[in-house]
Amino acid sequence: MATLKDLADKEVLLSGGHRACSGCGFPITIKMVLSQVDTPVVVGCATGCMEVTTTVYPYTAWKASFIHNAFENVAATISGAETAYRSLKKQGKLDKEIKFVAFGGDGGTYDIGLQSLSGAMERGHNMVYICYDNEAYMNTGVQRSSATPRATNTTTTPAGLESTGKHQYRKDLTAIMAAHNIPYVAQAAISHWNDLVRKAKKAFEVDGPAFLNVFTSCRLGWAIAPEDAIDAVDGGVQSNFWPLYEVENGEWRLTYKPKKKLPVADWMKQQGRFKHLFRGDYSQVLEEIQDDVDHRFAQLCKRCGVEPEEVH
Amino acid sequence: MAVQLDRKMVALTGNEAAAQAMRQISPDVVAAYPITPQTEIVQIFSTFVADGIVPTEFVAVESEHSAMSATVGSAAAGARSMTATSANGLALMWEILYIASGMRLPIVMPVVNRALSGPINIHCDHSDTMGARDSGWLQLYSETAQEMYDNMIQAVRIAEHENVRLPVMCMMDGFITSHGMENVILLQDKQVKDFIGEYYVDNALLDVENPSTWGPLDLQDFYFEHKRQQADAVIQARKVIQEVADEYAKLTGRHYGFLEEYRMDDAEVAILVINSTAGTAKYVVDQLRSKGTKAGLIKLRVLRPFPAEELAQAVSNLKVLAVMDRAESFSGLGGPLFSESKGALYDADKRPLMLNYIYGLGGRDVTPEMIESVYQHLLKVAESGRVDNPYNFLGIRD
Repeated sequence: MATLKDLADKEVLLSGGHRACSGCGFPITIKMVLSQVDTPVVVGCATGCMEVTTTVYPYTAWKASFIHNAFENVAATISGAETAYRSLKKQGKLDKEIKFVAFGGDGGTYDIGLQSLSGAMERGHNMVYICYDNEAYMNTGVQRSSATPRATNTTTTPAGLESTGKHQYRKDLTAIMAAHNIPYVAQAAISHWNDLVRKAKKAFEVDGPAFLNVFTSCRLGWAIAPEDAIDAVDGGVQSNFWPLYEVENGEWRLTYKPKKKLPVADWMKQQGRFKHLFRGDYSQVLEEIQDDVDHRFAQLCKRCGVEPEEVH
Repeated sequence: MAVQLDRKMVALTGNEAAAQAMRQISPDVVAAYPITPQTEIVQIFSTFVADGIVPTEFVAVESEHSAMSATVGSAAAGARSMTATSANGLALMWEILYIASGMRLPIVMPVVNRALSGPINIHCDHSDTMGARDSGWLQLYSETAQEMYDNMIQAVRIAEHENVRLPVMCMMDGFITSHGMENVILLQDKQVKDFIGEYYVDNALLDVENPSTWGPLDLQDFYFEHKRQQADAVIQARKVIQEVADEYAKLTGRHYGFLEEYRMDDAEVAILVINSTAGTAKYVVDQLRSKGTKAGLIKLRVLRPFPAEELAQAVSNLKVLAVMDRAESFSGLGGPLFSESKGALYDADKRPLMLNYIYGLGGRDVTPEMIESVYQHLLKVAESGRVDNPYNFLGIRD
């Protein structure tokens, strides 16, 4: 297991000076994930904040080979680069060890890029897909995605006199990816670096596709202070809203047990995107959200072969 | 298939000829998705992969959007990469067509022309690739399976030329050429290998010791210059297309230019046409010539870059020209080739009267009688010296 000191000694493939906001979650995700690659890596990135802030021509923050193609096709693009690698290697035109990783936000992964991702995973490319999930289209100005939680105030699901924000619950993408029966699928969070880097290492080590869904915050979209970026993600983990688990060759396993389960409303209360729910009597909505979290967690525990009560 | 390789002339369908060209080009990666009438090309090609005849890695992607996306990733990685498509498949690739050309990736793609939905129709017209004419891809059109084969091999050289570095699409007519069998003369495998050379792309992703960033955010201060460079590359391609054609002629004895002039020397009336209808029309021209009518034909091979000078030269002694469009552009003024040709000839010192015929949409058969009726129309216009109706539909029920 890597120590923080080990991680600090690793070369960081993303240089400083990029234009992401202070308190942004994705640079943390990139640094943690790429700290676990022992070979050179080719990085792909969907259109979004990550691409926009790290590659403003003629500058680049990337010290690794990097390609951005479009919004919905990073999985297909990296699957092409990985195939080029296999072809050239087979023909003896190349003899290096190279790994392939694709990054996409929740919009580029859960929504517009889902088909491309599903296809690449089904075809078995030796690549890692990292979704940095901050629960909305942040780059275009906080619009709802299928990863946005119920009752979130976004610019396309604004809270108003007749609405509490987004009406639907979020899509369970990690389970959808697990249903692809690929060697490794995991859900992680930037608040739990040890768990995240361990999962990233496994993802790079497996032979075949791996998918990592990493919970990250967005200070603008979540309406939080930059210094609260990690704590805000942590609350999602402690409330079981975002449980940490992995599915390794079909075996489901919880990788973290919150010491004391936090009520989901306590986590939501810390974020401006839910503040409308605490300015009136929305206890019914909050109760339903808690029920949904509990129900999903119970389902997950069943898959992992543990009782929810055992977890706390 | 392997038994045919030692024979010089073989009977092949257009799709088989395209697949043979791909076998000889032997790309490192092919990423493709089935769509009628192109499907056979990648189907045949995948048998070459299955039998180990080519070293290619074949990626059976889940859509044409991913076919073009994976091809972009693969070409940028440093591998010679191809795909193939038709109609709606090309439409689904649309967004990435512009990215492939904007990244200056020398991808070669056979496109089997088919009507674009809706309503859905699987038969030939040119609405698919006419729509893609502004996507930054070079476009080569083919009358026959032989021309398709020849165009594809030349396209590799054109696309990868250091002064060009642009993707190229090679077209033939769906079913008419793709599924019709013809005699095709194939080059020897080694001749093709030597002719096209090794694939090279600057700043390949797999050159991990020298990492580079592809597809950055290009804002107001640089995007315009990059587009200008791309436009310059298209202009440069004019020279390269002819150089490659001349070199290919030395190898094969088959000469190609931007357009083919058929019995144009003393022609007074002529039609401008693309792809397989040129064959039917040449037969009609011969018939008319035998009766003493001064009829000619111009077949366009290269639509991008548009050969304005060559066209102006070809029509300089003509009285009337009919531009034949197997696609609508819904401008209310005629088809895309008509408006392009008119624009290209505006500055010509001598230009003919011009009119447009939309024909053969959705695979509507084009008979010699129909083509002859176009020439009869042209002769009347030549006599009157006046075009009453420039916007006509051929072989349509009222």
